[in-house]
Amino acid sequence: MSVAAQPLANDHAHEEGHHEPTFIEKYIFSTDHKMIAKQYLISGLIMGFIGIAMSMLMRLQLAWPNETFWIYEVLLGRFGEDGVMDPSIYLALSTIHGTIMVFYVLTAGLSGTFSNLLIPLQIGARDMASGFMNMISYWLFFISCVVIVSSFFVEAGPASAGWTVYPPLSALPQAIGGSGLGMTLWLVAITIFVASSLLGSLNYIVTVLNLRTQGMTMTRLPLTIWAFFVTAIIGVVSFPVLLAAGLLLLMDRSFGTSFFLSDIYIQGEVLSYQGGSPVLYEHLFWFLGHPEVYIVLLPALGIASEVIATNSRKPIFGYRAMIASILAIAFLSTVVWGHHMFVSGMNPFLGSVFTFTTLLIAIPSGVKAFNFITTLWKGNLQLNPAMLFAIGLVSTFITGGLTGIILGDSTLDINVHDTYFVIAHFHLVMGISALYGLFAGVYHWFPKMFGRMMNKNLGYVHFWITAVGAYGIFFPMHFIGMAGLPRRYYKFTEFPYFDDLADTNILISVFAFVTAGAQLFFVYNFIHSIFYGKKAEQNPWKSNTLEWTTPVKHIHGNWPGEIPQVHRWSYDYSKLNKEETDYVIPGQDFVPQNVPLQEHEEEMDD
Amino acid sequence: MIALLIIIVAALLGITIWQISKIFKLSQPIESDDSQIATNKDNEKQGKLFLVFIVFLYGLMFYSFWSLSKFYVPAASDHAEDYDQLFFISIGLIMFVQVIIQFILYWFAYKYRGQKGRKALFYADNDKLEFVWTIIPVITLSALIIYGLFSWSEIMNVEETDDTLVVEIYAYQFAWRARYSGEDRTLGEANVRFIEGINQLGVSETDPYAKDDIITTELHLPVNRPVLFKFRSQDVLHSAYFPFFRSQMNVVPGMTTQFGFTPSITSKEIRNSDYMVDKVRNINEIRENNDNLGPDEKNYEFEYYLLCNKICGVSHYNMQMKIVVETEEEYQKWISEQQTFGELTAKN
Repeated sequence: MSVAAQPLANDHAHEEGHHEPTFIEKYIFSTDHKMIAKQYLISGLIMGFIGIAMSMLMRLQLAWPNETFWIYEVLLGRFGEDGVMDPSIYLALSTIHGTIMVFYVLTAGLSGTFSNLLIPLQIGARDMASGFMNMISYWLFFISCVVIVSSFFVEAGPASAGWTVYPPLSALPQAIGGSGLGMTLWLVAITIFVASSLLGSLNYIVTVLNLRTQGMTMTRLPLTIWAFFVTAIIGVVSFPVLLAAGLLLLMDRSFGTSFFLSDIYIQGEVLSYQGGSPVLYEHLFWFLGHPEVYIVLLPALGIASEVIATNSRKPIFGYRAMIASILAIAFLSTVVWGHHMFVSGMNPFLGSVFTFTTLLIAIPSGVKAFNFITTLWKGNLQLNPAMLFAIGLVSTFITGGLTGIILGDSTLDINVHDTYFVIAHFHLVMGISALYGLFAGVYHWFPKMFGRMMNKNLGYVHFWITAVGAYGIFFPMHFIGMAGLPRRYYKFTEFPYFDDLADTNILISVFAFVTAGAQLFFVYNFIHSIFYGKKAEQNPWKSNTLEWTTPVKHIHGNWPGEIPQVHRWSYDYSKLNKEETDYVIPGQDFVPQNVPLQEHEEEMDD
Repeated sequence: MIALLIIIVAALLGITIWQISKIFKLSQPIESDDSQIATNKDNEKQGKLFLVFIVFLYGLMFYSFWSLSKFYVPAASDHAEDYDQLFFISIGLIMFVQVIIQFILYWFAYKYRGQKGRKALFYADNDKLEFVWTIIPVITLSALIIYGLFSWSEIMNVEETDDTLVVEIYAYQFAWRARYSGEDRTLGEANVRFIEGINQLGVSETDPYAKDDIITTELHLPVNRPVLFKFRSQDVLHSAYFPFFRSQMNVVPGMTTQFGFTPSITSKEIRNSDYMVDKVRNINEIRENNDNLGPDEKNYEFEYYLLCNKICGVSHYNMQMKIVVETEEEYQKWISEQQTFGELTAKN
């Protein structure tokens, strides 16, 4: 593949100027990784807008369960008649919110965007190994987006069995309306999504392994690339298992097989299924589902590493330990899935094993957090919006990670399993953290993507309201979880015992509305800056990585002339010369990777 | 409380509007330096905002513990004490780490905010330091893991003794049933394929052990007697969640799952505990002011409950069963008044 791609890329470099790409070639069916990255980003942001809007409807319902709101009728139509939300659409909203946020925003929107943008640029390649495959990957993703959104227009409603779509609920239309055509569309969408993700991931892996420029050894790679690379490997290992689970579920639904179903009596009749087990589905689902958390999180951590090092004007602390942590997290992430199933009815002995592996994962995670903090120590922090989001990410990653110690302990999980404690935990540790990573990436690489700068003041406001709001939503939420409040409840008023939690629910909802509102600053800033932002200089953040050696104007093939050679790692910030009188390059506190070692200079990456 | 919330809402909205007006002013590119890269002034201001944020974050954590931790579910079973101890130790530990680490993070963000002329320290590695913060979590987590595993095996490996009460909890969309094994202390065979007419749980009418089984819509448990629950579902996944007894188990169609605990506080006792008296009084005040409730719904009296905690369909939010924990005598009296399965089927 690489053999075929390299000459092609070189051809393009030569061809430049001869062939003006048409609108369709340039903006729609583009094979250029930078354009595909933008396509992923914009699709991901649109999906994010939809996903967050759904959560707003849910928060509105949870805060004021017995009030009527005209907005339900406007947005949900038949399911919000007279301003009353239908219980079935509440479950559908939570299902599709989860699906969209996890897969479409945080997997495709985050990893798809930045893997595509940064892998070729940071390793010094003209494009991905296969630009065509990359284009197919995006367009499959796009089709998948259309299918999942279209499921809202199905008569019985979209899939409603929770984003984990556990059978039998997801298999039997008799059990819930959404398990009819809506669920079929969900399965189709996810199948296409898996195909898209696999094509993308294989491409990333091959590109990182084969297309690194001269001198770019694996231990000189920026941590972003390490994160994207390992993320792609986890994706290749685990996504096919989701596909298998989906396929078996499809067979149970459509062809009467009994992989996951047995002994079911519903609506007055016994169904013919015999011998299957829903627990098997749970195993298959979480074999993807848990690595998925790290598929979402690792790219965010990689972005944070790069943004924090650049803006601290310091090398990332413990580069090798960071790589080791990424690898350890990746390995462990595939052997911890059972902690989602402590009370699923599986053998309690398995629970012990999974507790052990789960708590182990706290160790590399802790190393990463400590290394981030040490990177800040004695830095010269340039508090750009991207940096604020990266620091925010470290904060929410710690808070959310710590509560994971409660949930990963099989004993403690018994009483907080499937309560709002879980919701609070994973929203902080993977939702908010990964979103912060996404925002950090967008603010940081916006000049590279669009050749213009985003407005920093709008960025600051966006960050501070989001930071306050995110904690305001999710910190108190742990406590209503400890009060035994179950998730996926349409309302809590059927249990008088929960009446005194209503105020806290209102508080959470208010924070949610304010935080969601703050995202409009981002939307405005993003769109406005694309067209009217200040023109960017080539290396606005004074960064070392190779993408900042390319011209601001995008060209096919990335570098107008030769591909730069690499002579050092990407973290030579504030490195002093041998006499310690000045920086290595006098008057400049950074040394880009393509600058050869100076006389008497020792390389730092060993 | 509501007033406080309204004030918070109003304040936040006020801040938002104030910020919006400011932003639009700020977003006008009139300044001389509009490079959109953080300047010295920005670093100064944002660094200080991190300090303000520490105050907010610690205030929020303090508020949550101060006024929300009272919602923690009171315990009413034998192993709940063990559970709570492990829970509080873990919470204590993670909050200890949280309070220190978050402070360091934000303090560094403030302290090392960029200044013109400041030189960052080129500091790439320190094996000793990294060893320290690998080994400390290793030790702490090992201790937690071992503690947790002991509790886990104790809770999960229920031994059936002569004293154990075996009860089947049967789940369907959207309610629960309890089936007691009766005098022979053995549950009769059951399968969804036997469901017919009044025999809603699919208990085998030919199995002699089934004759004296007792099916009820309320769960009554004698205090201080171990109970072993056998869970069965007829349609989709449910989860039998007994928050007060620190117990939860999924109910899976096609298989039987189990969980055991020993209730240690009767309904009457817990109702009269200081905690519950306060809580119920508060709830009744809220209900008094709730216009959506009919007059007969206003007065709430605490009962233990079992609820469904695995998404199971549209009425998932209202799948509950009342639990009564009572003395052995009260229990015996109650159970003797219930109809057996044999009597139920004989009537038809």
